Amino acid sequence: MLQSFPNRSLPNAPGVGYKPQHFAEIMEQAEPVQWLEIHAENYMGAGGRPLAQLRHLAEKFAISVHGVGLSIGGEAPLDPEHLSRLKHLVSWLNPASFSEHLAWSTHDGQFYNDLLPLPYTDETLTRVCTHIDQLQEVIDRPMLLENPSSYLAFAESTWSEPDFLAEISRRTDCGLLLDVNNVFVSATNLAFSPQGYIDAFALDRVGEIHLGGHDEDTDDQGRPLLIDSHGREVVDPVWALLDYTLERAGPKPVLIEWDNDVPDWSTLAAEAERAAFALANLPAQAPLAAAQQVPA
Amino acid sequence: MSKQLKSHTPLVDQAQFITALMSAETPVPEGLVDQDCLAAGRRFSVYRNNVAVSLTEAMHSAFPVVAKLLGNKNMDGLSGLFLRAHPPSSPLMMFYGAEFPAFLEGMPQLDHLGYLGDIARLELALRHAYHAADASAIDPLKLAELSEEALLQTGLTLSPALHLLRSPWPIQSIWRFNTIEGADKPQAGAEAVLITRPEFDPIPQVVSSAEATWIEALMQGASIGQALDQARSTDTKFDLSSPLTLLLQGGAITGLVNKG
Repeated sequence: MLQSFPNRSLPNAPGVGYKPQHFAEIMEQAEPVQWLEIHAENYMGAGGRPLAQLRHLAEKFAISVHGVGLSIGGEAPLDPEHLSRLKHLVSWLNPASFSEHLAWSTHDGQFYNDLLPLPYTDETLTRVCTHIDQLQEVIDRPMLLENPSSYLAFAESTWSEPDFLAEISRRTDCGLLLDVNNVFVSATNLAFSPQGYIDAFALDRVGEIHLGGHDEDTDDQGRPLLIDSHGREVVDPVWALLDYTLERAGPKPVLIEWDNDVPDWSTLAAEAERAAFALANLPAQAPLAAAQQVPA
Repeated sequence: MSKQLKSHTPLVDQAQFITALMSAETPVPEGLVDQDCLAAGRRFSVYRNNVAVSLTEAMHSAFPVVAKLLGNKNMDGLSGLFLRAHPPSSPLMMFYGAEFPAFLEGMPQLDHLGYLGDIARLELALRHAYHAADASAIDPLKLAELSEEALLQTGLTLSPALHLLRSPWPIQSIWRFNTIEGADKPQAGAEAVLITRPEFDPIPQVVSSAEATWIEALMQGASIGQALDQARSTDTKFDLSSPLTLLLQGGAITGLVNKG
């Protein structure tokens, strides 16, 4: 593929996860959506409609490439074939952003199509940093690393998740992708304060925010167990947590993820409208996080 | 920052995690806990469920006609067996299920649906055609300009989206009957199926056995004349105009090679 797209950055505005069924509407009139995110692995075929659509979209919109299959937290080395597929995609598309997850999905050459959890230990930290260094070298740009949704914890963990992510960012110079719904899901499931998590998070390293819908279940004790399903609207407490985050972090690119039971375009655009509202109603003064960094 | 661990804290490696993930009978590893450091229990099932549900959904969208023929419930059950026997070997879910045709044929309880394996092969081929590399078709005039002698000495470069399948079952007719409303009921008999992708949507069409022989010979690098001889050895009345038209209409000829 000879084409390469001009440099762009993600605007501090709403974006949505791109679904092919919305192609015509997006090309016609995407407002208030100003950028799009694709799952890298869906655009690794050799040709055909997916790549043709992506080329059209990239002419009009900043594109964020979100990987779901690299298995950055895997105990095994990164898959060299997958690295070269990512390199190829990033080279021709020249996306505004590339992100992946603090998770693993491949073991012994087999891919499990889910984001599996990691113990937050020094050993994991070293391994994840090695993999991120390697990826950033291959794609020749910094990546953003996303915080997971947690349903359980590892007894062996010695780091808090915000500290763990901040340390990875410090060591590798990668940015962070803060999924506010994931924070809410994990906070409910593991009984911590979502605001406390945001307070502890390295907000100055955040290059993108995710929002999505979750499902509700219960654990063995009948306590709420939220499941990150991306199959419905973002709930009010998550919108409130977005406001809390933006007040501290300042304006950011905010993405709506809706991957299952995908709604019609107008429903998705209405979610993006709500994100636009949150961004537009930020207090005008410098964000709290930045203000706190000024020495007394 | 980092805290110190108690010496008896159980560690969980990824091999242990996967063993428990893929088998509901295996106990949840001891080092996985809830917020009170008690056994994770049902919380671990979220991961078991995510993996099983996402791979089952991938199988339904990859093999919609097989799913329709089996019924959704049977497809769920078979997918559950399949995904444990053959988890994806790559994160490219678009190509998941390569082993499914043989897997279906290895299930004795499906012996009465002998065509299922070939239907799955057709659905796989359609998916590969959908994602195949783009290639521009030649101008048909280029062929028309050739003398008959030159034409017979010409080989064809074919589109990467082109596929040809042969089955003892009427697989294209079964596929059509289950995807297109009002399509004719399938009649028993073998079918050869040519898949082309004129633009973005692959089209499966039935060709005769001799036509399939002609196309197969071209795929293997024969000239049009050599392929014609092979096709005529199976059917003396074989005429290349109809399959050549199919290839041209399908945008499947991307180059001419002089084999003279």
